[in-house]
Amino acid sequence: MCPRQRISRREFLRYLLKSGGVAFLGAAIYPIARYLYPPRGVESSVSTVVAATLGELAVNTAKIFRFGSRPGLLINTPQGELKAFSAVCTHLNCTVQYEPDNSLIWCACHNGKYDLNGQVISGPPPRPLEAYQVNVRGEEILVSKPA
Amino acid sequence: MRPLERLRAFFRERYPLGGLAEFATHKTVPVHRHSFWYYWGGMTLALIGMQIASGVLLLLYYRPSAQEAFESVRFIMTKVQFGWLVRSVHAWAANLVIFSAMVHLASVFFLKAYRPPRELTWVTGAVLLFLLMGFGFTGYLLPWNTLAFFATKVGTEIAGVVPVMGPIIQVFLRGGSDVGDVTLTRFFWLHIAILPLMVVGVIGLHLVMVQLQGMSKPLTVREERSIPFFPNFFLRDLIAWALILGAVLSVSVYWPATLGEKADPFAPTPAGIQPEWYFLWMFQTLKLVPGHVFGLEGELVAVGATGVAGLALLLVPWLDRPARRGRSHWMVLAAGILAVLYVVGMTGYALWIGHRP
Ligand code: HEM
Ligand code: FES
Repeated sequence: MCPRQRISRREFLRYLLKSGGVAFLGAAIYPIARYLYPPRGVESSVSTVVAATLGELAVNTAKIFRFGSRPGLLINTPQGELKAFSAVCTHLNCTVQYEPDNSLIWCACHNGKYDLNGQVISGPPPRPLEAYQVNVRGEEILVSKPA
Repeated sequence: MRPLERLRAFFRERYPLGGLAEFATHKTVPVHRHSFWYYWGGMTLALIGMQIASGVLLLLYYRPSAQEAFESVRFIMTKVQFGWLVRSVHAWAANLVIFSAMVHLASVFFLKAYRPPRELTWVTGAVLLFLLMGFGFTGYLLPWNTLAFFATKVGTEIAGVVPVMGPIIQVFLRGGSDVGDVTLTRFFWLHIAILPLMVVGVIGLHLVMVQLQGMSKPLTVREERSIPFFPNFFLRDLIAWALILGAVLSVSVYWPATLGEKADPFAPTPAGIQPEWYFLWMFQTLKLVPGHVFGLEGELVAVGATGVAGLALLLVPWLDRPARRGRSHWMVLAAGILAVLYVVGMTGYALWIGHRP
């Protein structure tokens, strides 16, 4: 053994081979992983849509409208009040519907129920439905996200 | 020399095929009262073969886009000659392959065939079951009907509940923040390219291990009887394959696959959204878990428990310590029976609720 700790040529080459292999794997895997992860889509920045026209909705009925890429629910309550919510159930993403017989919002997937303020009455949903603002301008019913 | 023999001689002169043939004739399969269960692995293999054959045929007319997928499958069902048969075979065999893989896994569990030195055979087998479920999950969406669309929304939403990695997995699966056209592209890619490559690789490993180590004998079996693998056992395998092919064709003819209605992302979710039957027990668990358990979100608890169960399944050969010393312990048996009862019970319960008027 020589006094100074030197590594042999063999060890050096082995080390070079191993670190080269690791570097290669990293250089190959990183771009592939990034490629597989989808680019951030142009999330529609819609903040206001025309959900319906006046008179389109009878009292105690509802309709699903497009809010950007997601569905929204516009309800004409039994009291004749217009209310709008996101139609995406807070439980697992199903699309809710209005139940005129019981005046409540129902999710068929796991029987989640919300009242007409979007609050959870029963079932698995953990949070209330996201509520939107409703404004009437002329003949149009405008729905917008609260600022 | 007859032509066939000439051909055989041609190859024997050039390649060392003698060793292979010798290996196949020397390999034996034990014969005892549990031998019936040795056929389920081969049955699973035959069904995977049918999936590959029918899937490749479907590819000729199927179009993977939200605009065209539903119409292309309807075209297969109504216009293409025997299209209904090809699609029905693919849909039926998809279900049977998972059933048969589950039976195979359960029999290996209860006969304790995962004892050393066969731990990795068990692990590759369990991975295969997961991959098959991946096939089912991705294939379900491909016809782009209402049922599949919403089931996929729910399924990928559940994936998002996984701690830390959840949101990344979800966006990776969906190809965006919602289930849509991009999701269909991804599921198609997984179903047609990635999963088949993985399945073929893992099956290869699984089969090589089985061939190299031979069949295990259950702890309780003392008999020494056995038959040669080739041709005796192989011919019996063939009978099983003929039977299962006949069964798949019969159910496909009498109960062809249905299509339902085209998915509309802007329609309310109809009642009765259910995943395929082999996901039902998880789905039902999720339904029964309340919104909050001990201050945690209910889904998180259910998803966590399922993850732990999956991990435990992979690690069975190491968790069953007594079996490593050649003993069977009542607790392992009880755990296995409880697991089967839970899965069967929850599935039955979900089906019963689903079919109630
Ligand atoms: C290389 C093998 C495979 C190919 C090329 C393939 C191809 C396809 C194609 C093109 C479709 C869409 C047409 C349709 O919906 O009828 C499809 C659907 C489907 N595939 Fe596969 N597949 C393969 C393997 C599997 C396996 C192993 C499974 C097992 C679990 C499976 C399960 C399904 C399911 C459940 C559907 C939906 C069936 C339906 O609703 O009609 N596939 N497959
Ligand atoms: S998704 Fe609405 S209750 Fe589960």
